[in-house]
Amino acid sequence: MNEKKSKKGAFIALVCVAVLLALTIVLENTLDPTKNIMLFTVLKKGAVYALVASSMNLLNGFTGLFSLGQAGFMLLGAYTYAILTIPTDTRSAVYYLYGGCAINFSLPELFGGGAAGLILGVLIALILAGCVAAAVAWLIGLPVLRLKSDYLAIATLGFAEIIRAVFQWDKLGPVTNGANALKGFPTFSSFNIKGGLRLSTFVAFLLAAVCIGVILLLINSSYGRAFKAIREDEVAAEAMGINLSRHKRLSFCISSFFAGVGGGMFAMFATQAQAKTFTTAMTYEILLIVVIGGIGSISGSCIASFLYLACSEWWLRFLDTEVVLKSGFKVPLLRNGFRMVVFSIIIMVVVLFFRKGIMGDKELPDLFRARKNAKVKGGEGNG
Amino acid sequence: MAENILRLEDITMQFGGVVAVNDLSLHVDEGEIVALIGPNGAGKTTAFNCVTGVYEPTNGRVSLLGDVIVENHPQGKMKGQYLGENAGKYTQVVRHTPDQITQRGVARTFQNIRLFGALTVFENVLIAKHMRAKQNFLSAAFRLNAKEEKRMRDEAMALLKEQDLAQYKDEVAASLPYGLQRRLEIARALATNPKLLLLDEPAAGMNPQETQELTDFIRKIRGEYGLTIFMIEHHMDLVMQISDRIYVLDFGKLIAQGSPAQVQNDQRVIEAYLGVADDAEN
Repeated sequence: MNEKKSKKGAFIALVCVAVLLALTIVLENTLDPTKNIMLFTVLKKGAVYALVASSMNLLNGFTGLFSLGQAGFMLLGAYTYAILTIPTDTRSAVYYLYGGCAINFSLPELFGGGAAGLILGVLIALILAGCVAAAVAWLIGLPVLRLKSDYLAIATLGFAEIIRAVFQWDKLGPVTNGANALKGFPTFSSFNIKGGLRLSTFVAFLLAAVCIGVILLLINSSYGRAFKAIREDEVAAEAMGINLSRHKRLSFCISSFFAGVGGGMFAMFATQAQAKTFTTAMTYEILLIVVIGGIGSISGSCIASFLYLACSEWWLRFLDTEVVLKSGFKVPLLRNGFRMVVFSIIIMVVVLFFRKGIMGDKELPDLFRARKNAKVKGGEGNG
Repeated sequence: MAENILRLEDITMQFGGVVAVNDLSLHVDEGEIVALIGPNGAGKTTAFNCVTGVYEPTNGRVSLLGDVIVENHPQGKMKGQYLGENAGKYTQVVRHTPDQITQRGVARTFQNIRLFGALTVFENVLIAKHMRAKQNFLSAAFRLNAKEEKRMRDEAMALLKEQDLAQYKDEVAASLPYGLQRRLEIARALATNPKLLLLDEPAAGMNPQETQELTDFIRKIRGEYGLTIFMIEHHMDLVMQISDRIYVLDFGKLIAQGSPAQVQNDQRVIEAYLGVADDAEN
């Protein structure tokens, strides 16, 4: 009975995602992207952040490990992706300060260029981006995962800062281009077919959807249950035969893998990769999305990611511009920076009064089910 | 005589200068129900924690079915602080984490119930099946081994049915009434397919009727699952009815052992424990 229900829930979710994906194609090809820059920025960045927030939720919400290293792993992913995909003939221009790049191949070209080369190259670069992040996470995890709660957060935060500093190190210039940006690699826009369909938003959504789907599958598997058991009670989980260190490391590595992929996608979105963008503030943004969406809810993270980005990048922009009415009355408070004040207040209100976030620990299909149950119960009451 | 399923030799657990368990030696034979009793703070739960790998004893050895699972001798700072008498007797160091000991067939419950509160009853039991599942995270995530998952679910469901918990399977564990939470905790321990079940105060907080039900329940699961049971308990009714043998701890030291009748008539036990406990409980 329950399994049937969960299958039905999964089916509904799949249909929703398919509709959403179709919608992005329709939207991007009916609206003019140059006139709706904000909308498409929010959609693409939202998809990337949804993935990264989901990966953070896997660790913080499902395994109960409070880690703040997400920006560090995104940075690793972004750089790996960029270094592997910059076309060889533009490398000397990008790395002009260091007299060219130490690595002289480009995955899309290795796969023969063209559309197939682009798709394969980007896919493999993204997977490798995740692998690099996961490998580093494995190493970092050896000492760091022995720590608990706040101490783990501090250690991972420190790690992210160190990574950022290392990638700006001049001596690594031939690989990382020092403090300068890496650019010229394939972006989401590279997937727009010339004179045909515009697919950039669709690609962002598709990649994010597939990755989030994998995260969801994992959470609903036996391993996901083990992660939740660790979150609920470490001592009891261990008494149930769950190897704590192995499962914590696994969760940390998988979360970092998807943060790495998300980092690669962020580079695709931003059209450049530069270490200084992956700050602690970015981790906090993602943490905020996780909290607003609900700790322990992947669909919450996805919804919150779009909401958050729409607010911060788009809907609240007007607060930053001074408005002088015709009568010469200058509207008070509206000036550059006021947006962040309002935003901070909204966040405080959310944290104080809606601590469970939008979804709590429920997923979208749970909501349909809850309503059905309520109806059944209501019916019984009437009878 | 049946084989010693569990054997503790000279277990000493010292926290700094405090000796929580002092040279405890005992054995539990296959199929027995053995109780460990003693006043509060006597070191009973500490002894359990030494067996299950939560603590590493300062000195002594624990063996399970003849295999040494825990062995230690005073090391480092402890060398100077060690207050026991068997300093040179044990030379190896054998450590196992709690999960490894569970995999070897020792399951336990906790004094303060430790269920996975936010998860459902079914999930609580299902988690115990995770350790023996033949899968890795990729095959689990991509559902490559659906048979294994189905087997786990079927086994967990069968166990819930056996324990009369099936009707609560979708309830959140924390929302269950206290008595059911206790039963669920035992069911969850049984789901790890143990040979030896350690129960830490299973009747804590239960009224006489519930205690009686628990007594029957423990007897029943011993028969049905071929278990050996080693338990800590304060309810004398339960202990005296059910135990084949009893060990009495006081201030970390074993002060008496034997059949319920022997222990009941032991002057030292009466002084240390029974007299006081009877007054307090009746």
